[in-house]
Amino acid sequence: MDDLEIDPNWDLMLDGNAAAGLFQEMFAVEMTACPTACAWCGQQGQIGRLLAFAHAPGIVLRCPNCMNVMMRIVETNETIYFEASGVAYLAFERSAW
Amino acid sequence: MSDRFISRGFEGKRRQQPATAGRVPPGQYLTDDFPVLSAGPTPRMPLDQWTFSVEGLVREPVSWSWAEFSQLPVREYTADIHCVTKWSKLDTRWEGVSVDTLIEAIDLDPRAMYVTAFCDGGYTTNLPLPDVLNNQAFVAYRYAGQPLAPEHGGPARLVVPHLYFWKSAKWVRGLRLMEVDKPGFWESLGYNNRGDPWKEQRYWGD
Amino acid sequence: MKQPISWQIATVTGIHPETPRVKTITLTLPAWLPHRPGQHYDLRLTAPDGYQAQRSYSIASEPERIGEIDLTIERLEDGEVSTYLHDVVQVGDQVEVRGPIGGYFVWEKDLGGPLLLIAGGSGVVPLMAMIRHRFVAKSKTPTKLLYSSRSPEDVIYASELDSLGMAGDGFEVIHTFTRSQPANWRGYARRIDQQMLRETLTPIASVPLAYVCGPTRLVESVADGLVQIGVPPERIRTERFGPTGGTL
Repeated sequence: MDDLEIDPNWDLMLDGNAAAGLFQEMFAVEMTACPTACAWCGQQGQIGRLLAFAHAPGIVLRCPNCMNVMMRIVETNETIYFEASGVAYLAFERSAW
Repeated sequence: MSDRFISRGFEGKRRQQPATAGRVPPGQYLTDDFPVLSAGPTPRMPLDQWTFSVEGLVREPVSWSWAEFSQLPVREYTADIHCVTKWSKLDTRWEGVSVDTLIEAIDLDPRAMYVTAFCDGGYTTNLPLPDVLNNQAFVAYRYAGQPLAPEHGGPARLVVPHLYFWKSAKWVRGLRLMEVDKPGFWESLGYNNRGDPWKEQRYWGD
Repeated sequence: MKQPISWQIATVTGIHPETPRVKTITLTLPAWLPHRPGQHYDLRLTAPDGYQAQRSYSIASEPERIGEIDLTIERLEDGEVSTYLHDVVQVGDQVEVRGPIGGYFVWEKDLGGPLLLIAGGSGVVPLMAMIRHRFVAKSKTPTKLLYSSRSPEDVIYASELDSLGMAGDGFEVIHTFTRSQPANWRGYARRIDQQMLRETLTPIASVPLAYVCGPTRLVESVADGLVQIGVPPERIRTERFGPTGGTL
């Protein structure tokens, strides 16, 4: 249904679900259902829908609309580094979906 | 090491074999593949729009089109490469332009101490200027006798074999000469500012 | 709800081949918690020298099965963890796991429907947890599974899906085969496309909840296709697996 060029970097792409365990390790809450918005273009959606490049020295979460970087996560033996300068907000819902 | 659970019969990736000891830095394993790693999708830059620049702390920035860049003196390089994700690959073969050739094309400001490589897709990495001179670094556009594949950084990538391979920036479009060191994409989030694999400088504080 | 997760040592109590390349492993967990269908566990292997490898695997079983989970794992030729799980692990072995993890790609009976579940290859695994839960919880939510496989031999849970499809409780399976088909096959024989989605959707009375799981290209083309035929984006949940089927 499309003629995208072959791109192994696209084929290896995952989504925010791939970072679920890390989020839970860092924040002790499930976050893939959290609504969020891109600080670059304003696109809203849940973390589970962000595009994830995890075949890298860290995990890079990108906006599915503008492809800019929203969050990055780097793991070392002792530390998880997390930055979210591309996030306009995160919403933690008190109730389930 | 404290009492840690060990998975029966699990060995993981092959570690250093005796024949290659001395060529594989600590904590690395050898691979015959060329793993594809990226922080984003493969950028698509048509060659007729591609340029390579040397800019920043220079008297006059310089820029080459693809046609012009292809005319620059090209050399063959054989190098061992080491990725911070722990794979190493020996005797990789490249063709490209030495960074010395590119720096010689500009008037270097004596205050220039650092280089930031910048790329299509927004990736950056930073290096001390001495680490890219004296034939230690090149801009490669051929790998293993073929044009460099897009997923591996084609049309051209920086290659700096003596440092962890995240410094060998894919889809490179230029070098910016700087007075102040500016941590790049990975260096700004936990990865070591220099990245010497022989000192196992993977992360901040190593 | 604050839920820090920690590693626990699970015991392999069953191994069951599904297809030539896919196996289900049953694990008994000392700190088992009921999961939400669609969630996964992280699994970690440690070599004697301390080297570790970790992957995520969707839970295939329903939360109503207390104390244990099924993980269905595709063997990837150059897979460090999947080859170990297929070639080395035996009943009685232990593995470290952590979970259950996830909250976006989940469905349970109370969320209602109708449900449109779309799977490519091993993307069927988390959907199977939803399907099994639905059956055990006696839900009558109308549910369709559109399942794309390369060939009949690659269909995971084939006979169970057939039986569930004949249970008369509103569950239906539609297969499509992209490489080779069963003899006398009169069903779909191509990649999922917009026409197939439209035909699958048309008999469904109201706007469904859609869950799409599989390789990234299938997920994006199906999600786009669903939006094109009028399913609101907020009714579509997606989970992308790696190109040959597993998460990460």
